[in-house]
Formats: sequence, C-alpha cells, structure tokens
Amino acid sequence: MSQELSLSILSGKGGTGKTTLAVNLALALDNVQLLDADVEEPNDYLFVSPKIGEKEKESVMRLIPEVNDEKCTACRKCVDFCEYNALAMMLDKVLIFEEVCHSCGGCKIVCPENAITEKEKELGKLYHDSLDNLDFWQGELNPGEEKAVPVIEKLKTKIDHDKKVIIDSPPGTTCPTIEAIIDTDFTIVVTEPSTFGLHDLKMVVEMLNNLDQDFAVIINRSESDADYLIEDYCQENGINILLKIPFSRKIAELYSNGNPFVYELEGWEEKFKTLYRDIIEEALNNERNNSN
Amino acid sequence: MKEITVISGKGGTGKTTFTANLASLLDNLVLGDCDVDAPNLHLLLNPVNKSKETYRGAKLAIKNQNRCIDCGKCYDYCRYNAITADDFQVNNLKCEGCGVCVEVCPTKALKLESIETGSLYQAESKFGDMIHARLIPGADTSGKLVSEVKKKASEIANRKNKDWILIDGSPGIGCPVIASLSGSDMAILVTEPTLSGFSDLKRVIEVVKHFKIPAGLVINKYDLNEEISEKIKSYCRKEDIDLLTKIPYSRIIVESLKRGELFVDNDQDLRKRMLKVKSHLTKIMEVE
Repeated sequence: MSQELSLSILSGKGGTGKTTLAVNLALALDNVQLLDADVEEPNDYLFVSPKIGEKEKESVMRLIPEVNDEKCTACRKCVDFCEYNALAMMLDKVLIFEEVCHSCGGCKIVCPENAITEKEKELGKLYHDSLDNLDFWQGELNPGEEKAVPVIEKLKTKIDHDKKVIIDSPPGTTCPTIEAIIDTDFTIVVTEPSTFGLHDLKMVVEMLNNLDQDFAVIINRSESDADYLIEDYCQENGINILLKIPFSRKIAELYSNGNPFVYELEGWEEKFKTLYRDIIEEALNNERNNSN
Repeated sequence: MKEITVISGKGGTGKTTFTANLASLLDNLVLGDCDVDAPNLHLLLNPVNKSKETYRGAKLAIKNQNRCIDCGKCYDYCRYNAITADDFQVNNLKCEGCGVCVEVCPTKALKLESIETGSLYQAESKFGDMIHARLIPGADTSGKLVSEVKKKASEIANRKNKDWILIDGSPGIGCPVIASLSGSDMAILVTEPTLSGFSDLKRVIEVVKHFKIPAGLVINKYDLNEEISEKIKSYCRKEDIDLLTKIPYSRIIVESLKRGELFVDNDQDLRKRMLKVKSHLTKIMEVE
C-alpha cells in the first residue's frame, strides 16, 4: 500500500467511547488526520483543539426553493411532486417548510411557469486546525437542521491519503453513519459489556456485513465479570477483539475535563501504537482473504 | 394528556435508564421508544409484543434497464449522488426517494417504490402500553419511523384516556431527534458533567428553543465532576431550564443495569431523586 490506511471508528450505542478511542489513538500516532464526522454532536475538538470555533471555517450550504408569487398560477404541481410534504398550498399561495425540505430541486423542475428559484441556506460548517503531527477537521450540523449527510460528504473531500486517516463516525446504523464509514479501509466498533452495548453492537454488525465492510471490535469500560457478554458473541461470529479499555473512574474524570488519557496513564501510548499495528495487520489479512 | 420526550444530545448519558425508572413511577402512561436506531428500552422493561407491523417508510427509485437509453439525465439531476456515474444505476444507500430522476427520465425507465425499512411493535410492559420499533440497519427515514411510533402511542393514549406519554428519544440533534420532539409538551434533557456532555447539551438546547419546546434538566453522574455540574446548572438557569434532579455516579445503577433491574427498586436515595422528577412534572404539567 503506497497510501496510508483510512480507519473509521463507530459504535451502535452512543456514549460507548468512540471519541475517547479516536482522540487517544490519533494522539499516540504520527502523521495523522483526524476527521470528526459525528456532525450532530462533535466532541473531538474538546480534546485536541478546544478553540476550534475561532479557527479556519467554511460553510456547507443547501438549496431551498423560493416561489415568485407573481408567476405562480397555483397549479399545485410542486406541492403534489414533493415527497416530503415540504410545500403546501394555502389560499392559492405556495408555502415552503424549509425544515422538512430535502433540497432535491424537484419542485423547480416540475414548475411549468418557472416560478421557482432556489436560494442557499447554511446547513452546517467545517472547521480546520493544523496541530503538530495532527491535521484536524470537524464537521458540524447547524441546530434545527436535519440532514447530516451533506456535511459529512463535504468533510470527506478534505481527506488526505498521505496521512493516517481516522474518522470519528456518528453512532447508530442510519445514513450519516454509513456515509462516514463507507469509503474507509477498516472500521473499529467500540462497544461496552452491557446488554445495551451488546444489542446495539449486533445492529452495527448487521449493517457492516450488509456493506461488506471489514471491522474489528474494541471493548470499552471492560470489566472481568461482564466482558463475556461481548466475548461470547464475537467468538460465535468470528469477530476479533483488538483491545480492552478498563472501566475506570480515573479515565471518566480525565474525559470529563477534556484530557486525553493517553498522556496521563502510563503505558497507553504504546498500547495504542500496538493497536494500530494490529489494525493494519487485520486489514491486510482481510484484503488477502478477500482476493483469494 | 401530556407528552414528555427524553433526549440527551450526547449518547450514553443514561437517557434510557432514566426513562425506564421514571416510567415505573408515573401512573397511567403509554411508553414510546423513539430511539429506533438503537432501541434499548425494551431490554429493561421486557414488554410482551402484541402485534407487529411492517413499516414501509421509504421510497426508492427502481430502474427498468430495458427502457434505459443511457442518456444520463438522472445522473445530472440527482443531488444525492445516488446514481452511479459509469452505468447510471441507483445506489440504494444514497437514494432519498425524491423522485427527481423519475421526473427527468425521458423514457420512463425509473419509478418510485415503497420499501420495507423497519418494524413497529405494539407491546405491553408492566408499566403500561409500549410502542417500539426497529429500523432495518442501513435504512433511511428514521425520522418517519419515529413519527409513526409517536402517532401510535398517542392513538392509544387518547383511546385509553392516559395521562402521560413518555418518549425515549434518540441521541444527536438531527432528523430522528427533531421528529421525536415534534408536538411534545416538554423535553427532559439528560446530561452528564463532562465537557462533551455540556457541549452537546448546548446544541440540543438550541434545538428545543428553535422548536419552542419547554425543557427540564437532569444531571446524571453529577458528582463525577461537580465543577462542570455547577456550570451546567447555571447555564440552564439562564436558558430558563429548571433542574429536575441530580443523580450520582453510582455503582448501584451499574449493578442494577447488569441484572436488568430498575435502580429505583434498589436504593431509597436514588428513588427519592427520581420522585422529585415526578413531582416537578406533575406540577409543571398540571396533571393530577
């Protein structure tokens, strides 16, 4: 491989430690690009670039229709066309509900009077910060907006394959998550040893298998009397567990203050470096198996 | 009848655990799990499913290859990059079912079809009727399925003359969250005293304000970082959001969860803290 590996970090359930892993792994390695694609609730910045709001930024826009009432003949074609009920007719006037509009542009196409034009509306933002050894990008969805995918698409245009790419994905199994992981070489699923964690892990695994995406699991908040929940499932399904991060109030406290624990707890920098080597090996193995 | 939606912004702050425990304390209620992406409430409440419906929420463009003349108009007009550039096929993962390709196709090679995107369950838990759903992993339109869960819950609540609808929402601020908040009388924001929790809380507060929904605050694991807990409290006071209760970082909660039990049944102090929420809600919502 001439270019570096691209890695996405994912969890089914929120709050299992996706950010913890993404940030600490990124800080333990050299020549890294970290992209926070959890655009609804981006948190990586708290650990690597707390003042990200003051850094370089660009807008992500979407298009919203506007109706010229003088040209409109109230034919209703736009209202009938819209699959999202974003347009309605009231007293021969077309009303537009910007929040539910998906910006598909269909209303403009079907209008026989050319009465519809489009205006730009800000959907979200990208932020950028260059740190030593770490190129950091963050996508952010504006509150009140629904559609995270275009922000993630724009964020992905910033990917630099000469660097070790780490994408912190949105939790779950829906479209924003898929957009964040779909072009990466390998996915790490972070889970925790609880019935919730296991349930949501299964959903993620189902999605990853549907996508044919290579992945392995990391257990966060690991506890010797509970890990079997995840271990048994992974063993039955031939899934590798690459690392366990212990349940620890100390780690939780460091996290609460935005301190990456890789700097504070001895031995973890080396553990994350080893983890990365294991990931590369796992990814290469899968590649070999797939080509056989 | 009042509808309360529990959300958190950040995932993993204890939203579902809180919802289940609160449900055990409220009388005459209907429950709805709107975290259709990762539904967990049923794991704590073990409801018995009474009926299951297939949910066909999304539409997808379907192509009839025989009619296609490779003109590429669908590709030119699709704003979701859902038509492949080389052979003009529909990428199901990206298609939003808007119908633009159907409209511009000169040979009618494309049409929209409803597809199955999840299942909706009507169930009975020991605290009352419960509606929950499961989205097919990878399916779009979680927002629509959320609306469906809420519609069912409110139908039952109306028919049976219930006092409360308690909704477990999803993390984040995007489409399923907005759908779960829509029409609610109040939002309960469950947060934790971490910088991430606080940062996410501020974003979720912007959303509830945007949609003009009154909100109350719950700080879970408040003693993990009392300094940040205080900051959260004063931030919320300025935003006119009352503190409903504080819950400690507690081993009892972790152990209760492991055994699939409710923490209000295992500790009197925790129970009192949850009863505070009930009395707040009863007062604010003027439910007898």
